[in-house]
Amino acid sequence: MSDATEFAKPRASVFAGLRLTRTAIFAGGILLFWLVLALFGPWIAPHGEADIISTKTFAPIGEGGWLGTDKLGRDVFSRLIYGVRTTLLLALVTTVISFTFGVTLGFAAAILKGWFDIVVSRIVEAFMAFPSTLLALVVIGAFGTSITVLVLTVGLVLSTSVFRVSRALGYDIGVMDFVEAARARGEGTWWILTREILPNSMAPLIAEFGLRFTFSILFLSGLSFLGLGVQEPAADWGLMVQENVGGLFLGSSAALIPAACIASLTVSMNLLVDWFQQRQQGETVLEKIDQ
Amino acid sequence: MHRIILTRLAQGVLTLLLASIIIFGATEILPGDVAEAILGQSRTEEALATLREEMGLNRPAIVRYFDWLGGMVQGDLGTSLATKRPVADMIESRMWNTLRLALLAAAISVPLSLALGLWSAMRAGGRVDKTLAMTTLALIAVPEFFIGLILMKVFAVELKWLSASANTRPYFDFWQNARALALPVATLSFAVLAHMMRMTRSSVINIFTSPYMEMAALKGLPKRRLVVLHALPNALSPILTVIALNLSYMVSGVIIVETVFGVPGLTRLLVDGVTLRDIPLIQACAMIFGAVYILLNLLADVLSIMANPRLRYPK
Repeated sequence: MSDATEFAKPRASVFAGLRLTRTAIFAGGILLFWLVLALFGPWIAPHGEADIISTKTFAPIGEGGWLGTDKLGRDVFSRLIYGVRTTLLLALVTTVISFTFGVTLGFAAAILKGWFDIVVSRIVEAFMAFPSTLLALVVIGAFGTSITVLVLTVGLVLSTSVFRVSRALGYDIGVMDFVEAARARGEGTWWILTREILPNSMAPLIAEFGLRFTFSILFLSGLSFLGLGVQEPAADWGLMVQENVGGLFLGSSAALIPAACIASLTVSMNLLVDWFQQRQQGETVLEKIDQ
Repeated sequence: MHRIILTRLAQGVLTLLLASIIIFGATEILPGDVAEAILGQSRTEEALATLREEMGLNRPAIVRYFDWLGGMVQGDLGTSLATKRPVADMIESRMWNTLRLALLAAAISVPLSLALGLWSAMRAGGRVDKTLAMTTLALIAVPEFFIGLILMKVFAVELKWLSASANTRPYFDFWQNARALALPVATLSFAVLAHMMRMTRSSVINIFTSPYMEMAALKGLPKRRLVVLHALPNALSPILTVIALNLSYMVSGVIIVETVFGVPGLTRLLVDGVTLRDIPLIQACAMIFGAVYILLNLLADVLSIMANPRLRYPK
């Protein structure tokens, strides 16, 4: 009977259990909106990303397309919808790359310790002693601009911070009693890593993923804005800002709209990470940045 | 104290060396070399061999690295591939623009962020603190070019109060200079303000809540003495580190700001170099920025060692 009462109200508690705040709902809503647009973009967009729809360039909002046209007379609205795909996908791939390298090396350093830890930590320190934007520029200068170079470079640059976080987590959790107990039981390194350390470091890693994701959106759009990232005719928000800056003086908002979209994406992502942090351990994202 | 500062200086030199290896290495690992880049598609084998001989590219990478590094130390930054001019000359004419931008932004953002951080810390948990926290959270997440473009749209395009181009001329008077530089300096200040303010806040709160401060307050010391003699020396070292960190963070901010406002500065040169794949130019610019960044961090460490006696004796 007591079981029945406990299962009586699971529907309501799914969302109650998340302890959503108003800010979190708002931020999550914005992210969800962009995600849906990214998934179904080609079916929603009225024109192709490279289609020139009007002879009038920098048409104001409401003329030509919903949001006007850009420097070549392409539909800003359609390019915006295609752009969210590029922006989100590239940021996701970059973050995944940085986590693959960072988490693997970080946990390996924490578990293996000894010379491996020293060597990897020193190399990461050397890279961190150097501004990341500069590092990316040097590599792009050497290899030229291509999506592969872009994603790999930014992914590696970001992996230094992921390495530090996961190494610290590995060290902290590695000395806890339940890990000692597992070692005493005679469990192997792999078992300890996947069954003890990884599950217990999930929450901080998710938060770190959110922060790195935001950062890679900023990083990639910054590079695209400099003309060193995504190249035309592909649509990318950072690139769209760069293409249409000149229109600012002609009264066009073709550069401001994608810039505002990037801001909406990154601010909501940060707010969501902030909510997640507070829910997990009462630590805000700002305190995490402060560390 | 001298010994620990010397050790830190040695570490700085070592980091700089590592940075030079990274910069040189990154431009070395790619297939092909500078000679191929110069000659492009229409190269013949003989021409390639002659040019390599001329530029000394046949020597092993390690020899060329020390050659390059030796030149750097003596102020010979190499010759640009794109313009055939000495890189040192190109940099010299641009350096002042970037330096002026960074110094002005620092002069505004450092005192402002210290004041705001302190205010926020004094009213921790209050309405001021929460409002500032939300503002900084948004500022940290917003791209620099968004801030720059909004400021440009409002103050240069709509209101026409300020100039959208930061390209100053030698004959400009004070007000013309101010009009030209106001927007880039404001954008750059916004870009570094948020981090600096947060760090100031947290380090001050950390100290105010420590037992020795409570003890000093319970002894009945006047508030001024409490803040100036007890709290400040301890708060100084984290604050100095934060300032240096953020001044070096300006390196990335300044790249965007110079592009948005068309400042003919050092980072514009670097970005152009990357676009044209002008390797000697990239190496020289990257080395200069890297050195500034490492020097600032070094300075912060040395100053905090001098300000805080506890750091003079490593555990």
